[in-house]
Amino acid sequence: MVRWSKPLVFLACLGPLAGLGWRAYSGSLGANPIERITHTTGDWTLIFLLITLSITPVRKLARQPWLVRYRRMLGLFAFFYVVLHFLIYLVLDKSFSMHDIWADVLKRRFITVGFAGFLMLIPLAVTSTAGWIRRLGGKRWQALHRLIYASAIAGVIHYLWLVKADKRKPLVYAVVLSVLLAYRLVVWLRPKPRAAKVQLPAAAEVTEVSTN
Amino acid sequence: MLLKKSADIKSSEITPKNLYLNRRRFLAGTAIAGAAALAGLELGEAVSPSTVAHANTKIEGLQKSPFSTTEKITPYKDVTTYNNYYEFSTDKDGPSRLAGNFKTRPWNVTIDGLVQKKQVLDVDSIIKMAPAEERIYRHRCVEGWSIVVPWVGFSLSELIKRAQPTSKAKFVEFTTLLDMKQMPGQRRDVLQWPYVEGLRMDEAMHPLALLCFGMYGEALPNQDGAPLRLVVPWKYGFKSAKAIVRIRFTDSQPRNTWNISAPTEYGFYSNVNPNVDHPRWSQAKERRLGEFFKRPTLMFNGYDQVASLYSGMDLKKNF
Repeated sequence: MVRWSKPLVFLACLGPLAGLGWRAYSGSLGANPIERITHTTGDWTLIFLLITLSITPVRKLARQPWLVRYRRMLGLFAFFYVVLHFLIYLVLDKSFSMHDIWADVLKRRFITVGFAGFLMLIPLAVTSTAGWIRRLGGKRWQALHRLIYASAIAGVIHYLWLVKADKRKPLVYAVVLSVLLAYRLVVWLRPKPRAAKVQLPAAAEVTEVSTN
Repeated sequence: MLLKKSADIKSSEITPKNLYLNRRRFLAGTAIAGAAALAGLELGEAVSPSTVAHANTKIEGLQKSPFSTTEKITPYKDVTTYNNYYEFSTDKDGPSRLAGNFKTRPWNVTIDGLVQKKQVLDVDSIIKMAPAEERIYRHRCVEGWSIVVPWVGFSLSELIKRAQPTSKAKFVEFTTLLDMKQMPGQRRDVLQWPYVEGLRMDEAMHPLALLCFGMYGEALPNQDGAPLRLVVPWKYGFKSAKAIVRIRFTDSQPRNTWNISAPTEYGFYSNVNPNVDHPRWSQAKERRLGEFFKRPTLMFNGYDQVASLYSGMDLKKNF
């Protein structure tokens, strides 16, 4: 089931991009198309991060272990959309000026935190392959991939800090993220039996790995 | 009931057809309002049927203005679907969807405070105070985008002169309509309602400051601030209050809504200034709607003639 549904999920994840493409083609991106594309790719980065983070709670609570097979793809789509988001900023806002970007990163806290969130996703995308899991070893790989928590928090703060007055949308992300992180906290704090299951590292529980 | 009839209402000669029709509506409105006053009813309830869709009503006999820019005018569609008008919605495309049934007639504007002539004026009598001009202005939003709009109106000073402010009047305060029924955005307290803006007296008297009731040669669409708004082209867009119901003259600096919302981010002056950044983002560049790359932002939005209003002032401090 997972095997044949994967391409379908892959196509569905391209939906937001296709939507933007269609709007661009039909001229319905609105009066400020660049802003629209920037906001849309930013939104979908956060949505994919939250979906990725919900895989573990959902598969544990609903006892659907197969869900983990989609996790890497969903995480990589979060990375895909954040790269688009960053490229628009790089090309259309900053005209490739690394100097300007650096000045922004240092000066504007919403850019500082957003840029940090973006940087944190790079090693996760790079080490998402089976080869890297083997090379790093399950525990170290997992420790590294906890960066997604920090990255998602950074992403939500980035959004909260850039809105002018209406904080509704970023607060929705903040609430969902809080629930997803609270789940981890609860599992982590709860005393658990020592009998550790033998699992593939990719499927292993964050909470079953002791902190190094 | 404080409804003043304007003296020239009966003259019908050399009156453009549309304005004439507006007067007819005004007269009808006045009559109903009078009857309502007798019956002790609220004006708004009594004349609810006379909703007039004034957008697309041509304004005839427009005079050209030397203040107009020759830059490319932003398409009408963009200016009417990309609006910051939190009274309706915080989404840019919200006001165009939600302001369709907004009632702009009858519409009274209270003029009070430190003036000789405290009065309540019907908006149509204000519109007739002076010849309508077309002024093609750059409009720069504090968010970093800009447009070029052919506004219709006349200098705010025309109205101020007629109101005869006293020597104590140092500031002018503009208040937007408060009406949660018609303005759904006001049901949420994203900002303090009603929206209030202000200008220093010399700013308000500057010929560039426009009392505006139209754009693109037509009556102002609801989502762009109908029936009466301010356009202060050398300041960020939020200084240009929309749907004005009250103009008050004061001796102390009014607190404007965005300043109340975030005092460190939005000042009273809010002059367009590429050298003074918003605390969270740069103001050095702007995206002109329709253009791909950002363009540099100009001091006072390119309206250098206002510089003398601020000579000797620290514009970093008085942002």
